[in-house]
Amino acid sequence: MTEHDRRAATAIRPRRRSSPRPAGRGGLHPAAWWLWALGLGTAASRTTNPLLLGLIAVVTGYVVASRRTDTPWARSYVVFLRLGLVVIAIRTLLHVVFGGVGGTTVLVDLPQMPLPRWAAGVRLGGPVTAEGLVTALYDGLRLAVLLGCVGAANALANPKRLLRSLPAALYEVSVAVVVALTVAPQLIVSAGAVRRAQRLRGDASRGPRALRRLLVPVLTDALDRSLALAAAMDSRGYGRTGTVPAVIRRTTGALLLTGLLGLCAGAYGLLDIGGPSMIAAPLLIGGALLAGAGLLLAARRVPRSRYRPDRWRAVEVLVAASGLTAAAAVLATGALGGAAALNPSTVPLAMPSLPVLAAAGVLVALLPAFVAPVETP
Amino acid sequence: MIRFEDVTVTYAGAAAPVLRDVDLTVPEGELCVVVGRTGSGKSTLLRAVNGLVPHFTGGRLRGRVLVGGRDTRTHPPRELADVVGLVGQDPVAGFVSDVVEDELAYAMESLGLPEAVMRRRVEETLDLLGIAELRTRALPTLSGGQQQRVAIGAALTAQPSVLVLDEPTSALDPGAAEEVLAALHRLVHDLGVTVLIAEHRLERVAQFADRIVWLPGGGEPPVAGAPADVLAGSPVAPPVVRLGRLAGWRPPALSVRDARRLAAPLRDRLAGLVPDGPAPPPSAVVLDARGVVVRYQAVEAVRAADLRVLAGERVAIMGRNGSGKSSLLWALQGTGRRHAGEVLAAGEDPALLKPAQRRRVVGLVPQQPADLLYAETVDDECAQADRETASDPGATRAMLDGLVAGIDGATHPRDLSEGQRLALALAVTLVAAPRVLLLDEPTRGLDYPGKAALARRLRELANGGTAVLLATHDVEFAAEYAARVVLLAGGEVIADGPAAEVVTSSPVFAPQVAKVLAPQPWLTVEQVEHALAGLP
Repeated sequence: MTEHDRRAATAIRPRRRSSPRPAGRGGLHPAAWWLWALGLGTAASRTTNPLLLGLIAVVTGYVVASRRTDTPWARSYVVFLRLGLVVIAIRTLLHVVFGGVGGTTVLVDLPQMPLPRWAAGVRLGGPVTAEGLVTALYDGLRLAVLLGCVGAANALANPKRLLRSLPAALYEVSVAVVVALTVAPQLIVSAGAVRRAQRLRGDASRGPRALRRLLVPVLTDALDRSLALAAAMDSRGYGRTGTVPAVIRRTTGALLLTGLLGLCAGAYGLLDIGGPSMIAAPLLIGGALLAGAGLLLAARRVPRSRYRPDRWRAVEVLVAASGLTAAAAVLATGALGGAAALNPSTVPLAMPSLPVLAAAGVLVALLPAFVAPVETP
Repeated sequence: MIRFEDVTVTYAGAAAPVLRDVDLTVPEGELCVVVGRTGSGKSTLLRAVNGLVPHFTGGRLRGRVLVGGRDTRTHPPRELADVVGLVGQDPVAGFVSDVVEDELAYAMESLGLPEAVMRRRVEETLDLLGIAELRTRALPTLSGGQQQRVAIGAALTAQPSVLVLDEPTSALDPGAAEEVLAALHRLVHDLGVTVLIAEHRLERVAQFADRIVWLPGGGEPPVAGAPADVLAGSPVAPPVVRLGRLAGWRPPALSVRDARRLAAPLRDRLAGLVPDGPAPPPSAVVLDARGVVVRYQAVEAVRAADLRVLAGERVAIMGRNGSGKSSLLWALQGTGRRHAGEVLAAGEDPALLKPAQRRRVVGLVPQQPADLLYAETVDDECAQADRETASDPGATRAMLDGLVAGIDGATHPRDLSEGQRLALALAVTLVAAPRVLLLDEPTRGLDYPGKAALARRLRELANGGTAVLLATHDVEFAAEYAARVVLLAGGEVIADGPAAEVVTSSPVFAPQVAKVLAPQPWLTVEQVEHALAGLP
């Protein structure tokens, strides 16, 4: 940086601080979408009530439909939905085959396979009860809705923008992920070209030989590309590092590790229905703070700046808050004695009812469909 | 600005150094062009400037390279990023982000510049290179020339004092190459950037050069000096310089404009003569295509193209990048898609034949010859081609030796030079003895002698009765090789006729000799030489 630039930078900066976020990059901060989706996902994970789960699915679906862009990753929502259906099918099938939940309403009595003694406790075949089937369906539905939430985040948040807004300390990791993201489509293009070229040779062999003939040129090509990219990145200053004293380096590592442990334990506690949510929340918050401090320290090592970073505005806060409201409402319903409504009884079978507070909270998460700006590519 | 002091580079496992005893100084603000045959160490020289050689590539560098006062021994490439900008041959391979603006900012982000500075420099660079309207475009959607300009811009935003470019116009059609070179010219003149370029297509850059460094290869020290002096003795020289040698111009002209002013006496001597080319003997139609249409989703790449080719004809299909040349070739061969129209090759529709029979009728060498190859050694590749075509063992190898002599059979095809790899792909294709041979951009990465050799081989093939069609935007090569030129634009055939007529009337596709000697119908130095030899 020249002296002139430095002066120019300081001269301009105060004005830019007060000015609104520059136009051009439309859309929402990707992290806001993820927070929103994680909120809904947490809500889904705490309940097996099919009415509530259905409501969550409808809310995410509506927001995705109204706010998604015409980008490749926007199509991932449908993929996740299909995956959800597969999960429901597998969960139900597993129940039919292995059983597990008792009940009195026998629907079908499948022939039971006799198993050796060491496999005691495992059942193959046998009666299929309505109670068990409904339990399996609820369980599968919960997983499917959870997958839908993740799919929604994937569809709405531009993954490359998300990586760009990762903390500087994670920069190297994020670049690796970006490169990996671009390699996959390139591999497909390259494989297409090679296959087409090899058909010119009239080679009709199949099986492992043909696969090898396809893979060898494609992979060497990918390797060449990676080397070219690595050379280009190196030439453009990737990996320039600042100097950091050893003490700070060690503190950084310790902070990050304990912080991440806390985060994991807290997240598990929060998502696990049987877990004590009293301890979960402090663990989660404490872990986040520790990890945040670690990342801040680690960022010193990377002397990087960011071009037109995504900023956190009122809209982002609104969107994230709406998702977290859904989670909070469901958690509150559970804490206020509504556990029965969240996990309706299946043995004996009972008609589920819609818990009002939880449903209202989930409906709040519809907000992004009306307030979030649409990203212009 | 750049100083090489007694530099010798030896790659790991190599018997001889690539560069030996290079002593070279490039002063600030010069545009310096590195010339030399394939494999003479041009890329090594360029990559040594920012320390990629040896920090990234491995090998041993003896001596010292100084750039802006920094020694590459102690500064790895990333620490030189603010001094040297490097642009590779394939801009796409070096793109890190997916949008033009972010790509331009990448190097500045690495340097940790404040956001306000980045905003300003991105705007300035967009304007400087004339790509402001592309700022939010996704990189893969740009044309080749635009991508190359973005790559140059991405190197420029860090405000390096040295810009190094490895064959920046090789993959570009004449129009796009002009755009890129004009941008470079402006950088040198307005900003005083020191530019070091390696380029095979000297006809494009020689006139802009302040200095030329000729790497003779084989461990000989480089020759550096004023362009006219160096090119006068170099085997790699643009046609205009070779024409100057022939006519005895001293110093030889480097640009078409200068040559035209010197060429009046030569034109007088040539007046009344015509290029001798044997009139093609009347022969049968071997390829007949009518109304060929190729679509990619909504885009029509080829629109109702008609083409009739006789046995033994040499046809060049020319046109801008993306004008449908490749799609047409693939559709003619039958492996590529064809949505409408009919193609008859030797009386049969190749698309309906089985692949193994198809290649006996129409052979195609794709743009990346390596895609066609999959064996680990040249010998395996040849043996495999023999088996595929049920030829006598050794037929492919004999074919290869006829094209390029002395390739070690144990070499991996990837380790061959561009010219050798093309020869191998060509041998693999030719062993099936196709009636029609199609080549897609075969001259990428070939130097002048390599191109001349290829043109000679293709002529021999055509004389043997094979119809040869190739897609190219290499104007000089087309002039040397083709008897007939088909111009494509937007997927339609817009001109079709003898090379001399089609090419000389086009400002973009006319070779240098045609431009210098217009309105006389000369296309190549060889034609002129031949005609002059016949004069008393």
